[in-house]
Amino acid sequence: MTEPLLKVEGLKKYFPVKNGLFGKTTGHVKAVDDVSFYVNEGETLGIVGESGCGKSTTGRMLMRLLEPTEGTVTFDGQELTKLSPQEMRKARREIQMVFQDPYASLNPRHTVEKILMEPLIVHNIGDTKSRKKMVRDFLEIVGLSSYHAKRYPHQFSGGQRQRIGIARALMTNPKLIIADEPVSALDVSIQAQVLNLMQKLQRELKLTYIFIAHDLGVVRHISDRVGVMYLGKMVELASSENLYAEPLHPYTKALLSAVPVPDPNFIREEILLEGDIPSPSNPPSGCTFHTRCPFAMDRCKQVVPQLEEIKTGHYVACHLYDADMIDKN
Amino acid sequence: MSNPDPKNLVPAEQEVVVEQEAGPWRDAWKNFRKNKIALVGSVIVFFFIFLAIFGTWIAPEGINDQKLTERLKAPSSQYWFGTDDFGRDIFSRVILGARISLGVGFFSVIGSVVVGSALGIIAGYYGKWVDTIISRIFDIMLAFPSILLAIAVVSVLGPSLVNALIAIAIINIPNFGRLIRSKVLTVKQEEYITSARAIGMKDFRILLSHILPNSLAPVIVAGTLAIASAIIEAAALGFLGLGAQAPAPEWGKMLADARNYLRNAPWTMIFPGVAIMLTVLGFNLMGDGLRDALDPKMKT
Repeated sequence: MTEPLLKVEGLKKYFPVKNGLFGKTTGHVKAVDDVSFYVNEGETLGIVGESGCGKSTTGRMLMRLLEPTEGTVTFDGQELTKLSPQEMRKARREIQMVFQDPYASLNPRHTVEKILMEPLIVHNIGDTKSRKKMVRDFLEIVGLSSYHAKRYPHQFSGGQRQRIGIARALMTNPKLIIADEPVSALDVSIQAQVLNLMQKLQRELKLTYIFIAHDLGVVRHISDRVGVMYLGKMVELASSENLYAEPLHPYTKALLSAVPVPDPNFIREEILLEGDIPSPSNPPSGCTFHTRCPFAMDRCKQVVPQLEEIKTGHYVACHLYDADMIDKN
Repeated sequence: MSNPDPKNLVPAEQEVVVEQEAGPWRDAWKNFRKNKIALVGSVIVFFFIFLAIFGTWIAPEGINDQKLTERLKAPSSQYWFGTDDFGRDIFSRVILGARISLGVGFFSVIGSVVVGSALGIIAGYYGKWVDTIISRIFDIMLAFPSILLAIAVVSVLGPSLVNALIAIAIINIPNFGRLIRSKVLTVKQEEYITSARAIGMKDFRILLSHILPNSLAPVIVAGTLAIASAIIEAAALGFLGLGAQAPAPEWGKMLADARNYLRNAPWTMIFPGVAIMLTVLGFNLMGDGLRDALDPKMKT
């Protein structure tokens, strides 16, 4: 197999908690705690998890919009985490981001043309004339019209704005697009349009996506592989089919059992989790999920489970699948 | 968008073409135009600006045409606002004083806006110790009553109109600095700033092209209102003899000179006073209108 386009190893982000008059650090919020994964060229990796599990933080660290506390990010053979800020700025030409809130991610004082030309100016691509032409071309590509270029963001609907956001991410012809909940702020009917657009663009422009979302249905629709995050850790990572057909981690099982099924006669076996998500500033010992896990054992309270390949391409971090446990079953 | 728009439901391709320019500034102007009181304020302001520019041609007499036989004459058809203790035409002096007062107002505010905004943006954007140092300096300056600080500055620099202007500019720096700092703190959290960083933009460019334009609205409002207070401060310094020097027809100075004749010749005091009041009122009304037009968020 060829080298993956993006490789993440041991990524951590601890936010210091400061207290008192002199801002003494009294603890850390472990937003992302030792996450590793890879993304192959041309595929879509979905990252799901509930709010606050660190999926957006992970996305931002990949682009070094947030500096990782620890860990390495290797993109296309280049270790991003070692680049100087200058080099990183240049590297961002290859990695672009689509943001969650289409209302907040476009500068209200700039016309669409100005918004879309900005990446070209920053990376010194083309001259004014060719830039304008590119803006018009890309507007058409994302399903808007070239006459929209002169308008301001507030004259568009949410879906249209997200198309503009996508167009902006495409302007520099990147290889990897990190989409941070790109459709969760949109109506369901618009979500489908935007998702289909993203898939079409992926086919035509040979893009690689990291798709961060909390909506399992959306992730299933678009992803080749899916990673499930819980409290700053990746608990399961598998191909989309495998994960949805045969979830291994108890948390994934509970998540999937909560997905609505469009069949009124369907009797669900819902796995209800008890309790709340523990605070990431003081996560539980061992497996962070043991406080809510219906299958928790003594070992789960003490030993942190590692993400291990249980079946081909199916990784899970759970003691239920430790070698000796499987023998018992 | 403010009202539910049926367009949202239609795919982008079928959307109706409405070709019109509608930038955020244009929207603000539309709001402003509806506000009658603010329009009155602007009329007053533009009237005084007009006087400031064309006063030399309008005023029937010069600023220092003394006619000792005509001392302290009451308002009449010849001297509309009467004459002062040197027999100078107060009408002409009030008109010609507009240039001084407005000049001090504008230029001192421009000075404090430029310096204050620069410091405020740096403090707000870079944060950490830079912010701490700049903010503490602002706090120290704000701890003094502003007019006292202005008097101190003028007494160091020496009494003159230009020094009064500089003093007023200095005392207003922390107001603008803090205002823009707080605005920058909010704007910098906006996702379009993150997205600007994500496309690889340099800090300086982000500051100039994203943060500054989006932080400016409150400064415009505060600037307009600050012109009003700067005019009053200039008048106060003039009144104390620390601003404009004789025979300059500065309104505050005219008030000070008229003090002795308050009982016998009240017009020497009334007209410059009314001029100050009207200008300040005009700027305040206009500033309030601008705030209403700019503040309730350019519809996001």
